[in-house]
Amino acid sequence: MSFSWARPYEPKHPVMKWLDERLPLPRLAYGAVGGGYPVPRNLNYFWNFGVLAGIFLTIQIVTGIVLAMHYFATTDGAFNSVNGLIMRDVNAGWLLRYAHMNGASFFFIVTYIHIFRGLYYGSYKAPRELVWMLGLVIYLLMMATAFMGYVLPWGQMSYWGAQVITGFFSAFPLIGEPLRVWLLGGYAPDEAALTRFFSLHYLLPFVIAGVVILHIWALHIPGSGNPTGVDVKDERDTLPFHPFYTAKDGWFAATVLLVYALVTYFAPDYLGHPDNYIPANPLATPAHIVPEWYFWPFYAILRSFTIDFILPAKLWGVLAMFGSILLLFFLPWLDKSPVRSGSYRPVFKRFFWLLVIDVLILGYVGGAPLNWWRTALGQFASAYFFVHFLVILPLVSAFETPDPLPSSITDSVLHGEEAEAAPAGQTRPRRGATATAG
Amino acid sequence: MATKAQSAEGPATTDSGGEGVRRRDFLNVAAVSFAGVGAVATLGPLIVQMSPSADVLAQATTEIDISKIQAGQGIKTQWRKQPVFVRNLTPKEIAAADAVQLSDLRDPETLAQRTKPGHKNWLITLGVCTHLGCVPLGIGDGENKGPYGGYFCPCHGSMYDTAARIRQGPAPKNLMVPDYEFLSPTTVQIG
Repeated sequence: MSFSWARPYEPKHPVMKWLDERLPLPRLAYGAVGGGYPVPRNLNYFWNFGVLAGIFLTIQIVTGIVLAMHYFATTDGAFNSVNGLIMRDVNAGWLLRYAHMNGASFFFIVTYIHIFRGLYYGSYKAPRELVWMLGLVIYLLMMATAFMGYVLPWGQMSYWGAQVITGFFSAFPLIGEPLRVWLLGGYAPDEAALTRFFSLHYLLPFVIAGVVILHIWALHIPGSGNPTGVDVKDERDTLPFHPFYTAKDGWFAATVLLVYALVTYFAPDYLGHPDNYIPANPLATPAHIVPEWYFWPFYAILRSFTIDFILPAKLWGVLAMFGSILLLFFLPWLDKSPVRSGSYRPVFKRFFWLLVIDVLILGYVGGAPLNWWRTALGQFASAYFFVHFLVILPLVSAFETPDPLPSSITDSVLHGEEAEAAPAGQTRPRRGATATAG
Repeated sequence: MATKAQSAEGPATTDSGGEGVRRRDFLNVAAVSFAGVGAVATLGPLIVQMSPSADVLAQATTEIDISKIQAGQGIKTQWRKQPVFVRNLTPKEIAAADAVQLSDLRDPETLAQRTKPGHKNWLITLGVCTHLGCVPLGIGDGENKGPYGGYFCPCHGSMYDTAARIRQGPAPKNLMVPDYEFLSPTTVQIG
């Protein structure tokens, strides 16, 4: 796997040798996340977010298993088991519940940064197309898991979220309504829906963990990308994952976990909705109903279709919303530029930041109450989202003249330092003259 | 060999080489220890969440009305979700319990030690066999009281006498007497 200079696993202790001949699990770990995995030496902090996503998946699984020990998946018991039993009676239950609630938000925050890292640095391009696509599968599974988890407390937002999201399926002609009734096990969200959502909410994180393993496996065949997008050429371009990137990931994880702890302890409900502390009432919808923040951009796309055009507006909204994610599966073939990194693509770079702004606008529109100008803004931003991927990216990759690439990763890192290290007087140091004089 | 030559010159003070403790070693140990202590502290909530929660602890006391229990009768009630036997002993049963030599008992206790002063006829015990936790027979009318006239556990044949003391069978201890007090002559609070 990966590079010829990857350090082989050499167990020294007799017990490790004995184990290695029978079950080479330490060898697998050493080659995957140990000293045996060579990683480009020039990774910036955006390359820490994959490990962070793994950390938050672990936090969600651990806190979730514990919460499931105290949760009742019944329409009579769910709200009280979360807001009464877990929040008040279970020892440290409040902490575990808030950790799980905000853990979901942080899982999405780090995943979104991870995805946009991939978009900017061309991580979806050959030979890493499958890494990208498996990542999208993980993202879709995350969305399903998060949605079903949000239903479990059986508050007002839980209930109406379940109603609206399962309502998507009723948009499809003919099969739509029977499909919705089948998914819910009834005509409105009720006990049958709650218990099946709980079952699947418990299952899907383990499916995610399985796809994460495939994601990492596929990544380790070509090895990690890097900010220049230039392929690794020789041993000087890489560092062993351990101790270099384990230390960097550890430091950065500690920093992000500190922010996570601050939110969990001091603003645990900041990212949530107060209406979800009202028990579910099937007879009254909250005045302002929105999904959790991480779904806002998609909610904006869903809401931006207001007029029937050949197909009903409702169906267009649902198709566009699903299409906005399915579109990303074709990204490796929409962007044909041979240059991976956005740092060397002057035109692409500008459009990348426009896309970031566009998604932020979609997020704002999706989370805010509707009025005429927000609807118009959402429609424009939704259209631009599709135009970016379907029109702009193919055109840019066809007509853009990329900046010159560095000849190697090492070359891009050691820009001028060799000249600086030369004896004084022979070359003019670029900076730090006094520091290098000694 | 190179490190030997260096150490011969004196303790290593530079960042590289040498056998002394380097600054980096200290930083490594400090950083990993800090993370390790944090990880262990994180286990705290994950462990204590399994302990009885506040709503379970709220069931710690139970009041029982014993006014309707005639001599020779008993009732089965609950305390902390465990069965409790409340038995109004007849004078004959009290005499039988008092007649037993303490040296004959596996878990020596007198009936007086197992009841409250002035209420020697009220025998209150957990209905949990001290062998493996089954509920012994003998409290209800017509149930098998065993050869000693107290309780008989159907699971593995432990036999208790009229003071609910173990007399024969695998159980190691007498049926446990919970903490309780008489709030009035006809009301008992357990726990």
